[in-house]
Amino acid sequence: MMNRREFCKKALIVVGGMALPLTALEVFNPKRLLAEKDDKGKVRWVFLVDTQKCVGCGFCVKACKIENEVPYDANVTRTWVERYVITKDGKTYIDSPKGARDGFVTPQIDQNHQGMKEVKPEEINKAFFVPKLCNQCENPPCVQVCPVGATYQTADGVVLVDRKWCIGCGYCIMGCPYSVRFFHPVYHVAEKCNFCYHRITQGMKTACVDACPFGARRIGNLKDPDDPVTKIIMTERVNVLKEEYGTKPQVFYLGFSLEVK
Amino acid sequence: MKNHVLRPLFVALAIVAAIVIARTVLVPSDFGVYERGYMYSWHRKSNEAEWKTVRVKYKTAKVCAECHQDKVDDIKHSAHESIGCENCHGPNYDHPKDPIGLTVDRSRSLCIRCHAYLPYKTSDRGGIRGIDPTKHYPSAECVMCHIPHNPKPMNQKREVKS
Repeated sequence: MMNRREFCKKALIVVGGMALPLTALEVFNPKRLLAEKDDKGKVRWVFLVDTQKCVGCGFCVKACKIENEVPYDANVTRTWVERYVITKDGKTYIDSPKGARDGFVTPQIDQNHQGMKEVKPEEINKAFFVPKLCNQCENPPCVQVCPVGATYQTADGVVLVDRKWCIGCGYCIMGCPYSVRFFHPVYHVAEKCNFCYHRITQGMKTACVDACPFGARRIGNLKDPDDPVTKIIMTERVNVLKEEYGTKPQVFYLGFSLEVK
Repeated sequence: MKNHVLRPLFVALAIVAAIVIARTVLVPSDFGVYERGYMYSWHRKSNEAEWKTVRVKYKTAKVCAECHQDKVDDIKHSAHESIGCENCHGPNYDHPKDPIGLTVDRSRSLCIRCHAYLPYKTSDRGGIRGIDPTKHYPSAECVMCHIPHNPKPMNQKREVKS
């Protein structure tokens, strides 16, 4: 017969044992320690967008959708182009019909339920195009929120999604402040721009960079001081999107304007 | 100690053991913490290689020039020089093996991506010669008069000029 004292003792041992996390039983691994230290890799992919040069032709969006097998007619895309029209009385009109897959071919600005808005040329103060894509943040919030380790950052800074591992919870889609993530209509898992990882890792440029006739999009290696993109980022007046979120985005913009969100 | 006290403990142990075994079977051996640490790099390592095997569709103009140098020379001195071949001719894939021929986009909607005039002086778009697609021969295809590889007005197709 067990007395109260013995029961309390045994119960404490069991509870204590159960409270021990499994990681406490892990054998010390120097490889893992090294992996968790600052990486000494030679590559960090970054992107440079020149908003002055962009004319809103949308060739980048078309090429991206075909290259990365995103269904062409589904209203989702890994990269898109936004049009900003700012009037003399301070109003800002933004649109991106079909993500600018077919370019901007009319001065009518799509304002959703408010219909199409046409701004007269003499009322326009500024008007320009802003290509958007994944910022491959240094502190990616989308990766932090993934409960299963299906999205992650590679040593060269690109954030990828493991299609076999993703459970489709959508936390990352909510967590991205830049709204670059969406559900892939075929695979039903999170999908995002990965700087055409299959191209850049074999010495090519991304499909959107190759498609742009105006040099508005460029990709480079921030760890190479001789890279022309790195030189521009280091010496010219570049800016990033939503710096206040602390995500440390790695897509840099030239010709930025206050109105760009 | 009597059996009925220990029995729940054995059940609990069995559940824990089952979970641990299931985990070792289901989780791939290369799933772990890599270069960017636990917070950003906890993943299945072999997935990186999987992403690298995606088929390249756009092979760039360099590949086109290997066989079609004459066409490259055609466009070289025109304003359209900077436009990559595949933007109009379609992605290369494994041409000429697969597909044998490419689907060339000669449509009006392709040209007006840049040449629909938009009065945006603060962007390079405002500097591109453009038309109003609703007024400039709306039912005609651009290529009926203009030569895409050399679009200057004096090169317009002869039958149009005469």
